[in-house]
Amino acid sequence: MISLSLWDILHFLLLAARWTLLLSAIAFLGGGLVALVLLLLRYARPRLGAKFVYYYTELFQGTPLLLQLFLVFFGLPLLGIEVSPLLAAGVALTLYAGAFLAEIWRGCVDAIPRGQWEASSALGLNFLMQMRYVILPQALRIAVPPTVGFLVQLLKATALSSIVGFNDLTRAGTIVTNATFQPFLVYGLVALIYFAMCYPLTLSSRILERKLGRSH
Amino acid sequence: MGYQLDFWALAGYLSLLLQGAGMTLALTAIASSIGIALSIGGAATARWGVRWARALIAAYVELIRNTPFLVQLFFIFFGLPSLGVRLTALQAAVLAMTINLTAYSIEILRAGIEAVPPGQREAGLALGVSPISVFIYVILPQAVANVYPALVSQIVITMLESAVVSQIAVIDLTHVADYIQSRTYRAFETYFAITLIYLCMAIGLRWLLARAGRRLFSGQPR
Repeated sequence: MISLSLWDILHFLLLAARWTLLLSAIAFLGGGLVALVLLLLRYARPRLGAKFVYYYTELFQGTPLLLQLFLVFFGLPLLGIEVSPLLAAGVALTLYAGAFLAEIWRGCVDAIPRGQWEASSALGLNFLMQMRYVILPQALRIAVPPTVGFLVQLLKATALSSIVGFNDLTRAGTIVTNATFQPFLVYGLVALIYFAMCYPLTLSSRILERKLGRSH
Repeated sequence: MGYQLDFWALAGYLSLLLQGAGMTLALTAIASSIGIALSIGGAATARWGVRWARALIAAYVELIRNTPFLVQLFFIFFGLPSLGVRLTALQAAVLAMTINLTAYSIEILRAGIEAVPPGQREAGLALGVSPISVFIYVILPQAVANVYPALVSQIVITMLESAVVSQIAVIDLTHVADYIQSRTYRAFETYFAITLIYLCMAIGLRWLLARAGRRLFSGQPR
């Protein structure tokens, strides 16, 4: 048993929290790109991609993230790709975030009145131009609050990366606990640090939602 | 690499898989029943309770919703014993799942209660029905009907998140997968098959609950 001061423990945990933030950022950016592709596939005509998008979201929302993580972690080596915990967690969380963001953004695109599609197509815009100049700018406005809300879910989801050995905040908690035998204190601090990262996002999502509701 | 996928390696573990799936479903059923029962009280308190009780519920909901389930589980299983609360892995898993689900379903039910027109409560009270009876017989059925799909989603999410309890050695479906892959060295095949089982369970559970919902709320105006 090693005795560490509260300050030492907190310092160690906060350093690990940076990895949690980095992984969240990677998954969010990657997931955003995946979701954008899925969104284009979903609305492009002829509607060949819509079924694929449906099955993709169904698959990722209907299975545990932990197992998605294991499949990437044990599956990529079969393809001859060397996986570090960061790579496995990054890939799995990107695919996971893509499914959820695609579903959220689909709702926002569906909320745009049909007339916008019809008017823009009557003006001779092709599909990508319609999306770029008419639909997405309007959908983006309503998409911000739920997207920020999802960011909270994603940040919490990164805790699972500790299970495949990524040195994030949760794993740092386990390591410190194993050294100090103070699980109550350490996991309490870990929870509080997660809370400190997530709660501002939750609040801003709520404020944005209220602002948006008022401007209509 | 020349790796050959071999799913037949799993064939001998069928009864173990069924046991694991049974455990996952049982955990979900217990946590959902207790959690939803508790959250009815919680949502009513959040709506009509005295100030300090509302603040307490709000703090609980925010704390749980803004921390990862895995950390909640570790806190309960590893942290509580230092306060003298000793729990078996199974008890800790049920407790963590219940605490987690309750926070989410309080929010869901509160939204459902707020969507019930105030005239319903006023009419009930005007007829001389006691406030408790008005809540149980008038408001609650309509509130649950309002948010039933969201409750169903939350129960399915709870089932999927329960995969994490394998980390404190509860013998659920994921733990069975860990065991099988350690015996067969067929990690990918094992986790692939287990993922499909979870998918079928999620689809089945959603279908079953949606069907039950149509039965329960068929007579009600939406």
